[in-house]
Amino acid sequence: MFPAKFAYAAPGSLQEAVGLLEDPEAKVIAGGHSLLPLMKLRLAQPKLLVDIGRIPGLGYIRREDGVLAIGALATYRDLQFSQDVHQATQVLAEAAHEVGDPQVRAKGTLAGSLAHADPAGDLPAVVLALGGVVRVVGPNGERDLDLDSFFVDMLTTSLDEREIIREVRLNVQPAGSGGAYLKFDQPASHYALTGIAAIVSLDGGKIASARIGVTGVGPKAYRPTAVEQALVGVAPEDEAVKAAVQTVADGIDVQGDIHASPEYRAHLSRVLTRRAVLLAAQRAGG
Amino acid sequence: MAQTETREPGLHTVTVTVNGKQYSRQTEPRQLLVYFIREQLGLTGTHVGCDTSQCGACTILLDGTAVKSCTILAVQAEGADIKTIEGYAESSGQLHPIQQAFWEEHGLQCGFCTPGMVIAIDQLLRDNPTPTEAEVRKGLDGNLCRCTGYQNIVKSALSAGRKLRGEEPFEKPDVAMAEPAAAH
Repeated sequence: MFPAKFAYAAPGSLQEAVGLLEDPEAKVIAGGHSLLPLMKLRLAQPKLLVDIGRIPGLGYIRREDGVLAIGALATYRDLQFSQDVHQATQVLAEAAHEVGDPQVRAKGTLAGSLAHADPAGDLPAVVLALGGVVRVVGPNGERDLDLDSFFVDMLTTSLDEREIIREVRLNVQPAGSGGAYLKFDQPASHYALTGIAAIVSLDGGKIASARIGVTGVGPKAYRPTAVEQALVGVAPEDEAVKAAVQTVADGIDVQGDIHASPEYRAHLSRVLTRRAVLLAAQRAGG
Repeated sequence: MAQTETREPGLHTVTVTVNGKQYSRQTEPRQLLVYFIREQLGLTGTHVGCDTSQCGACTILLDGTAVKSCTILAVQAEGADIKTIEGYAESSGQLHPIQQAFWEEHGLQCGFCTPGMVIAIDQLLRDNPTPTEAEVRKGLDGNLCRCTGYQNIVKSALSAGRKLRGEEPFEKPDVAMAEPAAAH
């Protein structure tokens, strides 16, 4: 399988790359593990590929004050082996081990996953649970896009056509919180039929706050805010949490395909949300 | 205008080092790295199984890390240091400890997946020199085998780990014994 013909440029800086995106049929490539499969199937046929993969200094992961700053070229493998990730964001550390397989994790990038916005990608759920911003560079300089409004629709984000993610800035998990990422995957592709990221804080044996990200269920990753609110004050026990998470797929255009019907995905989302919340609570108490 | 020039899908020169030897070839931007290695460099030990980054038969080391070369463009590998299965055994014929373990544990049947398996195990054992059986299975998540049922591949990986840690003998195989057995 070969992609349709395209021209290729490997600029030396993000500014130069932004300049090349003046071409409306240009597309950015970094690890290429989301884009190239689409190009092989000819679902994407860019006329120009702008390869940012050789721009130096974008593969970093560093902890700043309350924020984990992740450069555009940091791969899942980088996340998996980063002590900062393990210390600051338990939920991201767990999810980084679950994306694709080891070889895929060596090329795929967090920033690329977010820009691609696959409805079944793992990382969109995780970054929604953590919260933060996507720092982008475009023709008019830099701006920060809030993650809460970053995912717009299937494969669609609030990035402008000529903007490139330069850094993902995630909130460090609150002290004493627990995080968990659980997914039920399609065994061949490892894409999430449903994936749930949860961050839970406890106070006096009850859930004090919960943040949840859901992927694989609707056309885009989302936060079930009604469930987050319903969990506050609930004891981290099976029946109580089960009752609080029942609405996790309510109001969502739940997707169906040959692997899972909408009803099954909605069911998985309730089961996995309960389990992820309980596991995160257990880790918070641990 | 620079952008107009780059819209022409012309040929690019790609220079890579493969198994210690430098190669330079002209290639289209859409050429996938696995075909560049197989067809333009003539190194056919790297296999194409699924062509959709699932089976792992095309696994190579790119700058020291195991990746699937069917989902990388040759132009993205410009300047890279690559190792393929051809780079594992010594020129004397002495097998790499991982290959030797496959030999001893009967870790292959048809052999199609083996190059990718060996390289994935190389990565796995460098990341984690003392894996459990469960860790080996998880580490080989990206490699499919349609013959063995994986049992002997997992045994081979565990044996290779012991050899590399010096806990199991790794001796030069008898070259006379290394000849393929006659068909029954």
